[in-house]
Amino acid sequence: MALFSNLTDKINHVFSKLANRGALTELEIKDAMREVRRALLEADVNISVAKDFVNKVTQKAVGEEILKSLTPGQQVIKIVNEELIELMGSTQSKLGVSPKLPTIIMMCGLQGAGKTTMCGKLAMYLQKQGKKVLLCADDIYRPAAIKQLEIVAQKAKAGFFQMGQIDPTKIAKEGVKYAEKNGYDTVIIDTAGRLHIDQQLMDELKSIKKAVNVFETLLVVDSMVGQDAVNVAKTFDEQLDISGVIMTKLDGDTRGGATLSIKAITGKPIKFCGIGEKMEDLEPFHPDRMASRILGMGDVLTLIEKAQTAISEEDALKMARKMKEASFDLNDYLEQFENVAKMGDINQLVSMFPGAGKLKLGEQKIDEKQMQRNKAIILSMTKEERSNPRILNYSRRKRIAKGCGLDVSDVNKLIKQYETARDLMKRMMKTKKLPF
Amino acid sequence: MGFFQKIIDGLRKTKQQIGFKLNELFKRGIFDEDFYDDLECILLSSDIGEDTTVDIIDELRERMRKDRVSDAKKANEYLRQVMADILGDEAFEFSTPCVIMVAGVNGVGKTTTIGKLANIFVKQGKSVVIAAADTFRAAAGEQLEVWANRAKVRIIKHEEGSDPAAVVFDAVSSAKSRGTDIVLVDTAGRLHNKKNLMEELKKIDRVVDREWPQADRKNLIVLDATTGQNAIQQVDVFNEAIDIDGIVLTKLDGTAKGGVVLQIKHDMDIPVYFVGVGEGIDDLLQFDAQSYIEGII
Repeated sequence: MALFSNLTDKINHVFSKLANRGALTELEIKDAMREVRRALLEADVNISVAKDFVNKVTQKAVGEEILKSLTPGQQVIKIVNEELIELMGSTQSKLGVSPKLPTIIMMCGLQGAGKTTMCGKLAMYLQKQGKKVLLCADDIYRPAAIKQLEIVAQKAKAGFFQMGQIDPTKIAKEGVKYAEKNGYDTVIIDTAGRLHIDQQLMDELKSIKKAVNVFETLLVVDSMVGQDAVNVAKTFDEQLDISGVIMTKLDGDTRGGATLSIKAITGKPIKFCGIGEKMEDLEPFHPDRMASRILGMGDVLTLIEKAQTAISEEDALKMARKMKEASFDLNDYLEQFENVAKMGDINQLVSMFPGAGKLKLGEQKIDEKQMQRNKAIILSMTKEERSNPRILNYSRRKRIAKGCGLDVSDVNKLIKQYETARDLMKRMMKTKKLPF
Repeated sequence: MGFFQKIIDGLRKTKQQIGFKLNELFKRGIFDEDFYDDLECILLSSDIGEDTTVDIIDELRERMRKDRVSDAKKANEYLRQVMADILGDEAFEFSTPCVIMVAGVNGVGKTTTIGKLANIFVKQGKSVVIAAADTFRAAAGEQLEVWANRAKVRIIKHEEGSDPAAVVFDAVSSAKSRGTDIVLVDTAGRLHNKKNLMEELKKIDRVVDREWPQADRKNLIVLDATTGQNAIQQVDVFNEAIDIDGIVLTKLDGTAKGGVVLQIKHDMDIPVYFVGVGEGIDDLLQFDAQSYIEGII
């Protein structure tokens, strides 16, 4: 969709009109900042937050030396990205443990944010850490909400407590008593979705919070929310003094600018992200990933950084030359495996590419074991075979298979993969540039 | 912390700005760059989106210049007119029998909307059957059953996890044999970027076309008014899958304005038919552009 084309491209375009020079001046970055503001608004960052952010970054960027290795556009993006990450805080996906057990966690938020599902995910997550979790059904309004939580509890193999549709404060109190009696060390209270301007219902939450000594008050927010995120988060925080935020539905294609707005307005940490409908689909919050997502850049920046540290420039040059000459052989292929291994988990790496979410790749996970096997196959070849794969006839392949303890079909598969990769590179060198 | 405080202060300002709204802005009677900047701010904070905001402002400038408007009251009317021209005013019309499918992403209020729609149609003297085709979310069927009882309409329901197309098939067969006017199809919430789920939706759509070609067809998408710019992608992708006729904008009783619908009408020509303004069964209203505009600015 052309609607949100890449911010890097846009900013590069702004700077392409200018000659490259030593330091950034205010006049030059003004146009770039307009694009940044636009990107933030398209990502649903609140207008006031976006304005302040842009002002701050402008101040910071003026006079900044442009690093030799970067274009002015990249330099601006780098500053913007760093500021965004800093603003969004650190990875704080920890939940506190109350000195007096059970630890009581209260979930709150607007209707349809995903509280009930999130209760199950948190229960699952905490139980994996050895906690014993009770889910307490305190949504007495929405039809079948109690039933939904019961099913969610079953799926997460957590305890479940309900008293039907009576006073939510009483349910919470009894729920905690039940937890104490039955050896649960954590209680998660699922409350009804409510509008932040519904004072009566907000008072109900305050009453629950007071009655049972809630330790963590978590605001659950749909990541697709727009400008109103600030009003919602501000009111919930003012009324309930929330301890953290969970963003849901991040498996969609929303840019999630609300995350920045909420963090800016409440100063409270974003703790987790919901990334799917299964009980396991819970992820700690990564400010860097969120920053690039808001800017619409995938995790290109992180990827570049990782690649830079793992592969020396010399290696990269050699590889580029080989690609150009299309003399990419199995030695190089092996080297690539090793480089990728240096960069870390390959699945994580793939997910960093912009648009990778849409690719099939994300679903059919790349198997690290398979990579190990592939390495073993290449290592079982002679030097000559590696640099001249064309000579690999059947008897050679059979010998290689024996050498690495795999089948000939595995060897064939690897060679096929290598050929595909080689052709892909040839094609890539013909079309102008690499994606980053 | 200094930065946060600034934003909070800034927001207070914005809030006051929206509080005294455009009237105050227009009362100044000076239509200079500051005026347009403030106006832009107000429109953007209603989720109208940058492109449409710029278009609205350009159009307003143009019309005001042409007619040499300098009177505050008149300028105010001009702005409302520009926005009303974008939104249009289309009533939701259909012929019976009709199958109305309700789709959307998770948590926007589809099930609640179905209940309220059933109530509206019953009050118009139509007979309604609901197809509980959200067989995925835990307890979705139970939730819908409560609404069906409230609206006093029939419901066709299968077990959780069963094939939604089969539920729709049964509902359509039942409506055909009983001469029911309207089949309301509740579908599972699905994020629009989940390909297989969108395919499932297409399948349901095809089943209806195949089983009841004589029936009128309407596909509605439910949008949560708190949703920001992502709503555009939602409508775009759902529209590609099942041809969306119109929008139900829910949760307008909060502080969110759902201004993104202007952009959707502007870009894709898909109108808003209904707005949800509360949790009661009567809290679904026919969309009225004039009062909606009053509400957002």
